[in-house]
Amino acid sequence: MYRTFGAAILAAVVAVPAFAQDKPSNTECIAPAAPGGGWDFICRTVAKVLRNEDLIDGTMQVTNMTGGGGGVAYAHVVSKRNEDEKLLIAASNGTTTRLAQGAFPGADEDDVRWLASFGAEYGVIAVAADSEIDDLPELVEKMKADPRSVSFAGGSAVGGYDHLKILKLAKVAELEDVRQVKYVAFSGGGEAMTQVLGGSITAFSGDFSEVRGFVEAGDIRIVAVLSPERLAQFDQYPTAIEQGYDVTGPNWRGLYVPKGISDETYESWNQMIQKMVASEEFQKIRADQGIEPLDLFGADAEEFVKENVAEIRALSKEIGLIQ
Amino acid sequence: MEFLSSLGVGFDAALTFSNLGIALLGAFLGTMMGALPGLGPANGVAILIPIAFSIGLGPLPSLILMTSVYYGAMYGGRISSILLNIPGDEPAMMTCLDGYPMARKGMAGEALSLSGIASFIGAIAATFGLALLAPQLVKIALLFGPAEYFALFTIAFATLGGISSTNQAKAAFAAAFGLAIAMIGVDTQTGVQRFTFGEVHLFDGIDFLIAIVGLFALSEVFVFLEHRGSDANKDESIGKIGRIVAPWSMIRSCIPTFGRSTIIGFLSGVLPGAGASLGSFLSYSVEKQIVDPSGKTFGKGDPRGVAAPEVGNNAAAGGALVPMLALGVPGSGTTAVLLAVLLSLNITPGPLLFSQNPDVVWGLIAALFIANVMLLILNIPLVGLFSRVLLVPVHILMPLVAMVSFVGIYGISGSSFDLILMVLFGVVGWLFRKLDIPLVPIILGILLGNEMEVNLRRAMTLSDGDWLTLVGSPLAITLWVLAIIGFVAPMVFGRKVKKAIAEESDEIAVGD
Repeated sequence: MYRTFGAAILAAVVAVPAFAQDKPSNTECIAPAAPGGGWDFICRTVAKVLRNEDLIDGTMQVTNMTGGGGGVAYAHVVSKRNEDEKLLIAASNGTTTRLAQGAFPGADEDDVRWLASFGAEYGVIAVAADSEIDDLPELVEKMKADPRSVSFAGGSAVGGYDHLKILKLAKVAELEDVRQVKYVAFSGGGEAMTQVLGGSITAFSGDFSEVRGFVEAGDIRIVAVLSPERLAQFDQYPTAIEQGYDVTGPNWRGLYVPKGISDETYESWNQMIQKMVASEEFQKIRADQGIEPLDLFGADAEEFVKENVAEIRALSKEIGLIQ
Repeated sequence: MEFLSSLGVGFDAALTFSNLGIALLGAFLGTMMGALPGLGPANGVAILIPIAFSIGLGPLPSLILMTSVYYGAMYGGRISSILLNIPGDEPAMMTCLDGYPMARKGMAGEALSLSGIASFIGAIAATFGLALLAPQLVKIALLFGPAEYFALFTIAFATLGGISSTNQAKAAFAAAFGLAIAMIGVDTQTGVQRFTFGEVHLFDGIDFLIAIVGLFALSEVFVFLEHRGSDANKDESIGKIGRIVAPWSMIRSCIPTFGRSTIIGFLSGVLPGAGASLGSFLSYSVEKQIVDPSGKTFGKGDPRGVAAPEVGNNAAAGGALVPMLALGVPGSGTTAVLLAVLLSLNITPGPLLFSQNPDVVWGLIAALFIANVMLLILNIPLVGLFSRVLLVPVHILMPLVAMVSFVGIYGISGSSFDLILMVLFGVVGWLFRKLDIPLVPIILGILLGNEMEVNLRRAMTLSDGDWLTLVGSPLAITLWVLAIIGFVAPMVFGRKVKKAIAEESDEIAVGD
């Protein structure tokens, strides 16, 4: 008994410095959703590129842990894997939105360490091609004149990011009561778009990838892209900022790690992910997916996520979603 | 011509080596599951869902697998009807009436081969019907706003208690149970948690796959456990089939039957809520009225009495795919399960499907043609092999079903909570079956309940709470009228049909 215990300690003592120098083995990435979704894609991409770039030893195991919109995985990491040095977990705006709104019971953003953001998809506001609305100022004016005359459709629930993007816009536009803004939730971008096309709803709020096909088919017109600058490959669409409304809506993608890991391990993950992002393969996958770079690592990522959470929390309070 | 080019795209997608292999596998498994009494198409598809997900099949291969199982089960159901006088699944019930007498006259081989051909004709014709009819329904897609969707889902529920269920009150109870389960989880219109009691596993709601596998597959295992040791329906006569080619004269005499039954079967499949059982029942009774009103040969081994229900149930199986793909409203129990598969593959069936996922839809339709040819090839010469499946002891089969259910569900979610939930659904399914409460309305409730509620509330948000918006367009009004007819008509005409069904059969399996 004592012997095994001793051996375990010895192994641990030997293993940790070894980890700091050599490539880690038996690594794992948790995708907090079923196979096929965005988080699953993050993990599978990270696992693939890290292996192909020879940054890890052996393969990285991808585990799908569904439930609670990522809450099950979050609770699992905080309570059971807090000191697991070989663990990465996929995260995105969905994670921060739920954290901000207290949808992960008893947990907040300080319970883990945020490792990196390595891409973002920017939000768009779009209208049907035959809509009388030409640009963002026109839409906003209409909204200001009579908030109930304009309706927005989006693929996320009320309080979700597609809704929050509209609220951010309403705040910047200094609407008297942002709660007056009509947002109708659909179970996906495509479904929401049809309602805009069919004329039941004024405008669409979603990610660029969701509207791309419809825009190219000529059914839908983009009135504003919610990015800091025009999209590199689609620079014909104006941003909200250049139309006078300082709103961005990045749907970021990244990773977090357990809180209890050592600073050395955190730093070595940080270096590894930076190398991964710089690799040709990763750059190509990201571009193919239509995801723009939003590269923030280590302390920058921590700061970005915390601001992101604080912003969503403030907005959610304002609309009365949380107390 | 647009139709042919679309179909060309479909064949292009479907004709890969692996897709053909999957279609063959599905056809084989489907025929086996259809042949086994107790396991019908709905259970068959339910059991395969977790497998398809855990081996990571893409949307098209998964759909090919499921639909070839579905069609295969329609073929397979006839085998035990003819050889044992026990329907392999509910729609094969009517095949017993003349199939078993034929077998007793020493014509089992002829009956099997004739019914195989009949199945093929019904299914192929229905697949053509599907390919021609479904895209037409799609043209009205953009007219569907939240109010129209609400009316559409009302049709699904209104027709639910129709002819296919034996007791309207029990069907309504089952639907309400399903609706209650659908309420669990985040309410998307307000972002508030409902009925989750702070349990993080329930935040996303209950995955309908868990409910389906529990209700259909596991409950079957529980039913077996209950009847442990009493699976003595073995018969030495199985295996002695005789010649397996139907004489041309027999086939020729059935050609008018093929035509009539195809049309009847397809139409009853297209009607939401009716399904394959109604297709085979109507085909048989109409055929009897036309060719043998005095009852001289029907029921005593008339080949036309074998052909009619088999054409009818296979045509209805294809017909039931029309409303499922084009409107997102399943026409039968198995298509309700297929709807769940589509949803979990992130494909939303309904008016948009044909424009958003043409490769998937047309690939699926092409795969149905391919699967049918395979099924015909499998079912005529290999029927002897399938009939031996009936000899597989249940005590080997059921543990297999249990194992697949557990491994599969765990493979999808990796959560032991879901396994417990699945077992609970299994117990509920077992209990409900004891009480003769139909399981399909539960699935419909879980699948459509949320959508129905959410569309009502979307309509209300958009109209600022004006209820008149629900009847605010010609399309919406039409849908409401259809819903009312669908609800009332079975009460008036259904009684007669139901009585007739009840007279001709006493055993009812789960769903169709």
